[in-house]
Amino acid sequence: MSTRLSAVPDAAGRYGRFGGQYVPETLTFALRQLAEAYDEARSDPEFQRQFVHLLHNYAGRPTPLWFAERMTAEAGGARIFLKRGDLLHTGAHKINNTLGQVLLTCRMGKQRVIAETGAGQHGVATATACALLGLPCQVYMGAEDVRRQELNVFKMRALGAEVVPVHTGSRTLRDAINEAMRDWMGSVATTHYVIGSVVGPHPFPMMVRDFQSVIGREARQQCLIHLGRLPNVVMACVGGGSNAAGMFHPFVDDEKVEIVGVEAGGAGTGAGQHAATLSHGSPGVLHGSLSYVLQDEDGQTADVHSISAGLDYPGVGPEHSYWKEAGRVRYEAASDGDALKGFELAARLEGILPALETAHVVVKAMAEARKRPADEVIVVCSSGRGDRDCAEVARLQQARPSG
Amino acid sequence: MSSPSLLATRFAALRQAGRPAFIPFLTAGDPSLTATGELVDAVIQAGADVVEIGFPYSDPLADGPVIQASYTRALRAGCRLASLLEAARTWTASHPETPFVAMAAYSIAYRRGIDDFLAGLKEAGFAGLILPDLPIEEAEAVRAAATARGLDLIQLVTPTTPLDRARSVAECGSGFLYVVSVTGVTGARRELPQELIQQLEQLRGLTTLPLCVGFGISAPDQAALLRPHVDGVIVGSALVRLLEQERPWPATVAEVRRHVAELRAALGP
Repeated sequence: MSTRLSAVPDAAGRYGRFGGQYVPETLTFALRQLAEAYDEARSDPEFQRQFVHLLHNYAGRPTPLWFAERMTAEAGGARIFLKRGDLLHTGAHKINNTLGQVLLTCRMGKQRVIAETGAGQHGVATATACALLGLPCQVYMGAEDVRRQELNVFKMRALGAEVVPVHTGSRTLRDAINEAMRDWMGSVATTHYVIGSVVGPHPFPMMVRDFQSVIGREARQQCLIHLGRLPNVVMACVGGGSNAAGMFHPFVDDEKVEIVGVEAGGAGTGAGQHAATLSHGSPGVLHGSLSYVLQDEDGQTADVHSISAGLDYPGVGPEHSYWKEAGRVRYEAASDGDALKGFELAARLEGILPALETAHVVVKAMAEARKRPADEVIVVCSSGRGDRDCAEVARLQQARPSG
Repeated sequence: MSSPSLLATRFAALRQAGRPAFIPFLTAGDPSLTATGELVDAVIQAGADVVEIGFPYSDPLADGPVIQASYTRALRAGCRLASLLEAARTWTASHPETPFVAMAAYSIAYRRGIDDFLAGLKEAGFAGLILPDLPIEEAEAVRAAATARGLDLIQLVTPTTPLDRARSVAECGSGFLYVVSVTGVTGARRELPQELIQQLEQLRGLTTLPLCVGFGISAPDQAALLRPHVDGVIVGSALVRLLEQERPWPATVAEVRRHVAELRAALGP
C-alpha cells in the first residue's frame, strides 16, 4: 500500500469508512467554521509556539520516559517503559487537549467555553485552561457522576467553572455529551465546545488526536535518543481513546512497532457488563460520527460498565475503528479485576498510583513483556495518576474475596 | 415517472384550498404503541394534514428535553423497531389519505441497514422520512435509495444555513422542506424570530418545495402569525408535553385533540 496509515482523515473527516459528520443541520456551519479555524491554526507558527509554550512551561511537558525496572523484573521479559502522563498538571493527559482547544477558542474570538465530563478529569482540565486564559466555562456532567466525583466537582467550581448536572437518560457521560451538543446548537455563534476525547463529528477526532499526539512524538523521540531504537510494542488504554490516539498516531507508520489498545472488560462479556466497544461492539452512529458502538439490534446505545469512570463510554474514536479494521492496532480487554491488580502492581513495584484507566494497561503490559525476550522494549502510556481513585479502590479491595 | 407522492398530492390540495398544512409530531410508543394509535386517530380527526412519527432513540442530539424524555419513556416501555413498524402499518392503513412521515436518528437506519430500513418504512405505509442527523454531505446514497422506493427524504434548513447551502439542501430533499425556526433544539417558545419571515421569503426564491416550519411552535397565535408565509406548521414538544401530566388516559387524548383542533383552526378554514 502506498498511502501512509497516518494520512487520515480525508477532507470529509473520514478514516476509511469511519468518522464523518452525523449532526443536525444547525451544527454543520459551526463544524465547517471550526475545521477552517483549526486548519489555519495548525499551520500558524505563532499558534503552535503558544501551544508548545503552555505545554512546556505550564503543563509540565515533556514528561519522562521511565524505565520500570522492578515491574520489568517481576514480569520477566521485555523491558517496560512508562510514559509519565501522570506527572502532568491536573494529573492526566487531558490538559494537552484542553490547552489546545481553549487557545483555539481565543483565536476564533469566541467568548465562552462548554465541555462535558465523565469522571471529571476533562472537566477539571477544561476549567483549568479557561481559568488560565480568562474564559467563562460551563461543564455538563451526569447527575450520577456529580454525586460520585465530589472532589472533581469541587475543583471545577474552585477554578471558576459552573458545573451543570445532567438528569436525562442514564445520567452519565454520554448524556453529558448530548446536553453539551444541545447547548452548542443554541450557542454556536459565541461558544466553543471543548470535547474531551477523539470522538464526535469531524474535525473533533482529528483535532483532539493532534493535540494529544505530543505524547507519542515525545515517546518516539525519547526511545530514539535514549535507547537508540524504536520500541517493539506501544500500549495504551482506550475508552473514547484520546490518550491512545495521541500515543499511537506517531507510531502507526512504523510498521515494525506493534500497537496494542486495552479496553475496559468490566465484570464480564454480557451486555451492560463492560465498556469494550472495539472488542464487542459493531459499527454504528453515536455522537456525530460513524465508529464502533455498543448498541442493540435497533441501534439504541447500550448500557456500559467499567470500574474506571474514564473508560465507561459506549463509543470509541473513529480512528481506532479504522486502525482495528486495517489490522494495525490490536485491541484487547482488561477486566475490572485486572485493573485493580494493575493498580496494586504499579503502586508497589514502581511507587506510582496509576489512574484506574491506566491500571488496565499495566497487567496487559506485564503479560506482553513475559512473552518477549529481554532485549525488547514495551512503551506504556501512563495516562493519569490515581489519587482520585483511591477511595474507590479501597472500597473494592475490601469487597473483594481474599485469596 | 411514477405517480405523485402522497405528500405532493396533499400539499397540492392544500395549496388549492389556500391554507397551510398542520403537522403534529407524536413519539411512537409513548406511553405505548396502542396509545400512540389512539393519538394518531385523535389528531387526524382534529384536522391534522400530515402526521410525523418520532422513532424513539436513546441519544437524540436534535431534540429538546420534552421529546428526549418522551423517547426515554417509550424505550423504557419496550418500544422496538419491529413492533413500531407493525403498529404503524395499522395506523397508515386506517388513514390512507394522510401522509405519515418518520423522524428517525440515523443510528437506527444505519444499524438496520439503509435498504432494509427504507423497505420497512415503505411496507409500514410511510410516505417519507426525516433523518435529522444526516446532513446532505452524507445523504446522497440514502436519497437515491429512498427515491427508488418512492419515499420522500425530507431535508432541514436552519437559521445557520447559508443561502447557497440552503439551495443544495433543497435540491437534496423532496416532499417538503423542513424549516427550523430557531437555532437550537426542539421545544416550545413564546415568540417567533423576525429573521424567520425573511428567511422564508429567501427560500421561496430557491425552491418550489412546500416550506414547513417547526421547532418552537406551541400556540395558535404563533401558527396564525406564520399562516401567510408557510405551507405547513409542525408542532411537536407542545403536544408531547401533554403526555407528561398524570391524568386518566382518555382525558389526555381529549386534551391532545383539543390542542390540535385549536392550532389547526388558527391556520384557516
